[in-house]
Amino acid sequence: MSAVTTAFTKAAAADRAALIGYLPAGFPDKATAIKAAIAMAEAGADIIEVGLPYSDPVMDGPVIANAVHRALTNGTRVADVLDTVGAIASAGVATLVMTYWNPIAQYGVDAFARDLASVGGSGLITPDLTPEEAGIWPEVSARYGLDRVFLVAPSSPDHRIARITSACSGFVYAASLMGTTGARSAVDSSAVGLVERAREHTGLPVAVGVGVSNSEQAAEVAGFADGVIVGTAFVRRLGDAISGEGAVSAARDLAADLAQGIRRG
Amino acid sequence: MAALEQLEKEYDAARRDPEFTAELDDLLKNYAGRPTLLTEAKRFGAHRAGGARIMLKREDLAHTGSHKINNVLGQVLLTKRMGKTRVIAETGAGQHGVATATACALLGLECVVYMGEEDTRRQALNVSRMRMLGAEVIPVTTGTRTLKDAMNDAFRDWVATVGNTHYCIGSVGGPHPFPMMVRDFQRIIGVEARQQILDQAGRLPDAVVACVGGGSNAIGVFHAFIPDTDVRLVGCEAGGDGGGRPYRTAATLGLGSPGVLHGMRTYVLQDAEGQTLGTHSISAGLDYPGVGPEHSWLKDAGRATYRSVSDSEAMEGFSALCTTEGIIPALESSHAVAGAMSLGRELGPDALILVNLSGRGDKDVATASAWFGV
Ligand SMILES: Cc1ncc(COP(=O)(O)O)c(C=O)c1O
Repeated sequence: MSAVTTAFTKAAAADRAALIGYLPAGFPDKATAIKAAIAMAEAGADIIEVGLPYSDPVMDGPVIANAVHRALTNGTRVADVLDTVGAIASAGVATLVMTYWNPIAQYGVDAFARDLASVGGSGLITPDLTPEEAGIWPEVSARYGLDRVFLVAPSSPDHRIARITSACSGFVYAASLMGTTGARSAVDSSAVGLVERAREHTGLPVAVGVGVSNSEQAAEVAGFADGVIVGTAFVRRLGDAISGEGAVSAARDLAADLAQGIRRG
Repeated sequence: MAALEQLEKEYDAARRDPEFTAELDDLLKNYAGRPTLLTEAKRFGAHRAGGARIMLKREDLAHTGSHKINNVLGQVLLTKRMGKTRVIAETGAGQHGVATATACALLGLECVVYMGEEDTRRQALNVSRMRMLGAEVIPVTTGTRTLKDAMNDAFRDWVATVGNTHYCIGSVGGPHPFPMMVRDFQRIIGVEARQQILDQAGRLPDAVVACVGGGSNAIGVFHAFIPDTDVRLVGCEAGGDGGGRPYRTAATLGLGSPGVLHGMRTYVLQDAEGQTLGTHSISAGLDYPGVGPEHSWLKDAGRATYRSVSDSEAMEGFSALCTTEGIIPALESSHAVAGAMSLGRELGPDALILVNLSGRGDKDVATASAWFGV
């Protein structure tokens, strides 16, 4: 069983949703990102998604796009992403990589899977990859025991949801806003329907992403989903902090707040 | 993405619908001014292209000043058919933005154009034109502030607004069905030119030359000639100023490698880790690190060849056409003009060369004045 599956099982046993926190590797710098992720886990995040910085992040809103741009400008490379995953995973945290597909295609799908597995990573979330275009990834991920997380959206018709959820392992990522990532003030109501539709096709946990920024919203989403994914709000806190230490404690505080919300949900 | 499936379905139905094709044909003829002329460039051929016979396909004479209108009219009619009320576009040189703003004004649709900040500066005339036409122009300040970044922001807009919005991509790039659909809308260039050159020169050309940014004018003029295997298809990419140095070129097919960009599998200018490289070209419309997948296929199949034309060669082509023919070409098209100059010298005076003059150069007079110091 993957660390991600274990994390969902543990949360379900406690009768609550799992909290999943995102941050890009190398932002605001490599060491701070690692410390922040571990602090988030200590404060209640069950799973960490490490973003692999990419030059053309079309599925991300301006907050994450700017952070990723800074990580790249700082010289973040794929090796740094793997180091980051390794450091977080060895602290006992279930850790996935969220990545656009081209960097993986260039690294080599098999080689990346091997190296990710060897540092203790749990799998990949692939926002711009469809199951049809996944090539050898399903077979390779199975071989290395990695999870494959594809995204469904409110605009996905049922036949797409069936196809996508059947290609997933670990969990299904339900993108609740029709838009790109970016914290919104009210949780989009189409998320509820999307989770229901996904559940008609899969027994996997369904986690809702993009949109949550505070504990009230976390509680609301936790009321209908198996997992609550928070990215932009963490990245904004990291970016607003004036020191590395400040960034780590800001991430810790937000995680604690969200974790509380989830326990109310 | 569901919007792509919807688009594919609607496009497939539309192209079989006689009412849709009749409406498009009518707009192309009575609004855009098709067929465009085929003009023999006698002095240019004799003095600047090794004596070869050069025929120019005059897309610069189409309404709005470039081939971009062909594709836009098709996509905007499709937008109406889908019941959508808002159109977004990316633009580099501003020609696609102007064409989109124009068609939206004509059909009463809301129009938003994303344009890299660098390009809003170097193509300022087109920014004014778009605004006069009622479009909102949003300068893009991320990344290299050029075409690729404008496309990123247009995609970001679209995923958030697909319900009422059509993303009118300006070249043969992006996810399926865009490369195929835009190719179909631009095919008319080659269909017309093939018949015109048979009528005027009595034979097929030895070569067809076009500039390649995303590749829409090139695929448009090439397509009808693909089965004519004796006709060489020559694409001219922007070599920039760099003699092959990364970041100083936009010669994607020449210097790139297979990858994924903007939802297409194609050649990409990228580093070893798959990060897209910054590009440079004096021409905003060719300053793009990807290329339509059909060109990658034509290159790999050996059916078309692609050469790199530097900034200074393009400017030489620009000046040559101005002074020998009284035609001011767009900087993009000037790459094809320069390509025809070297190809004419290679093939000699018996050669017959068709050059796609994709657009006119009014928008570029500031850049050219600075270059030539006039
Ligand atoms: C006049 C002209 N030619 C060519 C291009 C390049 O686009 P494509 O390669 O799609 O024809 C542009 C793009 O802005 C243009 O304005």
